[in-house]
Amino acid sequence: MTEAPGLNRRHLLGLEQLSRQEIDLILDTADSFREVIDRPIRKVPALRGRNIVNLFFESSTRTRISFELAEKQLSADSVNFTSSGSSVSKGETLLDTARNVESMKVDCVVVRHPASGASHFLADHLTQTTVINAGDGAHEHPTQGLLDIHTIRDRLGNVDGKRVVIVGDITHSRVARSDIWGLRTMGASVAVCGPPTMLPVDIESMGVDVFHNLEEAIKDADVINMLRIQLERQKGGLFPSLREYSRLFGLNAEKLKHAKPDAIVMHPGPINRGVELDASVADGDRSVILDQVTNGVAVRMAVLFLLLGGSDRDGD
Amino acid sequence: METRMPEILAESSDLVCITGGRILDPDSNRDEIADLWIENGLILNGRPEQRHEKQAVVVDATGKIVAPGLIDARVYLREPGFEYRETVESGTLAAGSGGFTSVLCMPDTNPVMDKAEVVRYVNGKAETAHTRVFPVGAATENCDGRNLAEIGDMVDAGVVAVTDPNRTVSDARLMRTVLEYAGMLSIPVICHCEDSDLSAEGLMNESYSSTRLGLAGNPNVAEDIILARDIMLAELTECPIHIAHLSTAGAVALVRDAKARGVRVSAEVSPYHCVLTDEALDGYNTSLKLSPPLRSGDDVLAIREGLRDGTIDAIVSDHAPYAVDEKTVEFAAAPSGSIGTETVLSLVMTELLDSGVISMNQVLRLLSLNPARIFGLSGGTLQPGAPADITLIDSDASWTVSGEAGYSKSRSTAIQDRKLRGRADTTVLGGQVLQWRAGS
Repeated sequence: MTEAPGLNRRHLLGLEQLSRQEIDLILDTADSFREVIDRPIRKVPALRGRNIVNLFFESSTRTRISFELAEKQLSADSVNFTSSGSSVSKGETLLDTARNVESMKVDCVVVRHPASGASHFLADHLTQTTVINAGDGAHEHPTQGLLDIHTIRDRLGNVDGKRVVIVGDITHSRVARSDIWGLRTMGASVAVCGPPTMLPVDIESMGVDVFHNLEEAIKDADVINMLRIQLERQKGGLFPSLREYSRLFGLNAEKLKHAKPDAIVMHPGPINRGVELDASVADGDRSVILDQVTNGVAVRMAVLFLLLGGSDRDGD
Repeated sequence: METRMPEILAESSDLVCITGGRILDPDSNRDEIADLWIENGLILNGRPEQRHEKQAVVVDATGKIVAPGLIDARVYLREPGFEYRETVESGTLAAGSGGFTSVLCMPDTNPVMDKAEVVRYVNGKAETAHTRVFPVGAATENCDGRNLAEIGDMVDAGVVAVTDPNRTVSDARLMRTVLEYAGMLSIPVICHCEDSDLSAEGLMNESYSSTRLGLAGNPNVAEDIILARDIMLAELTECPIHIAHLSTAGAVALVRDAKARGVRVSAEVSPYHCVLTDEALDGYNTSLKLSPPLRSGDDVLAIREGLRDGTIDAIVSDHAPYAVDEKTVEFAAAPSGSIGTETVLSLVMTELLDSGVISMNQVLRLLSLNPARIFGLSGGTLQPGAPADITLIDSDASWTVSGEAGYSKSRSTAIQDRKLRGRADTTVLGGQVLQWRAGS
């Protein structure tokens, strides 16, 4: 092979812009990395000599650990930056922080930020560094979307023609947006379900069906993706009580009977057990939630490899 | 960096002849190629005594429009308190360069212009400014919507209107009080219409674009609800209100209906809301983050119809300068606003005149005559005896917007790199002739 496979882009900011070919390439590459992480020695030298900074301006456990493992298993050197106790609390701007990081000669930053568009902002202002969006506000979380699609493909054979229902607070969910773009590109039909207070205006224009009733929504579903309910949204008045939310939009074994018998249940985590997802479902045989987590590492390895492992950086 | 200053072709004490231009004055219904004479800072009726003619400073306006001096009814000069964003000096240079001879400046300075002392401070700064400066006072103390400001004192110090410029007086009873008080003093109240509960976290127009971008939406109805309330309060109190920077189709309809009922309401719009839509925010460009937010294509069409049929009375720059650092941040953290005085005329000529939405006569009503009448200013006209506030417009000038190249301290413009046609090159301010750039 004279040329390492690569994506035709420097950054991964969202799934809206990715083509079917690009997503297929990432998923295929993730398949081979999934084999790597199932080995006893889970390390390949693909990104030896590359350095990566994980810039997390918002708390995250699983996404940060998942990226960190992916980086280490590719032999990249990585360091973590979290906003608490850093220069952010001294009033440094996002731009200054990023420029300082870039000045340390960093190949890639993985960015989690509470503001939608923060990763676009960095991609616009950093001249040398690859930006990977690890979640920007309510906009996108592309690696989560990719790991969801990967898990569906893994479990159901393919994505094309499958029915995926996303349930919960769509308005504030970057996972929902990335899932919708990616799944639509891959040929799935997508529906969203939640109270109107949690569905953003004109969401239909993203190519999804809208439901306010969970039983109806999941009737023909192959995949049910239950979003985490952010408890602070109750204070915002978007739903009256956790009890009522759970009764109307929580998934339990009884409601799951309305879905196809082989439908799978996903959740981006962390789960509010007994709120959006009953423990019996979360831990049941239809749940693929822990597969998602494993696939997350493989997908992130694929993204890092494809963005950073290209021949232009390796030389001859 | 040394500031470029306009070249002074004549002082206000000079006899001036503006020759060869097309005199276009909506107030006197004049549209003819003729000479316009100025003596002692006033527009002359016809020619001066013949023996004086040879002493005149001749300003060649061949091929240009000789218009009543433009009036920008919504400008933030940022002084006192925010001189790093703009000053009376830099802001009026920017306004003059854009063809304006008068600006109304907003009161949310630091300290807020809610007392006569602050008005006098700005008036002092304005003595050496490059346009006339008409301060607008705060409607409530500190613009915080709690207590009535000392409007009477401020009117004596020269304010031409009052407003809380960026927030609605949410207490309807206090708003009624403001209107009753202002009505007694015969000044209009400028209303920023926005229900802060409905728009609470809104960063852009609520639409498919906000859904796509994951930005909290500010819905049209947040504007329409308060506009309807303020029209009702104006009807009750009989105080004239002026609707600041309206942005929605609903607002246009409400103003149109209120005018038909005889309510004393006038309205203005920024040119950006006549030209751009929320789809332009695709790349999270903070220079397009405005207040009110850029709306939908349907809103733009309704606004254009409102301009065409006279529902909307004025076009304002809504010149809101911010420092580069303030705008070079993630979208949520950026303040709302764009500079505008240097580009408003050209943008209007390029997008609304050339596309046939409005005529040049209407352009001059919207940018000069109407704001003069709404705020009781002496300009806006080329009638004999009026102060010689005049703008010379070169309809053929082509240029490209560059925030860096302008006079404003701020560089953040919503229309960076846009190609425009038509530009003012000379202003006359009470007879003083300021040439902002050499003719083409």
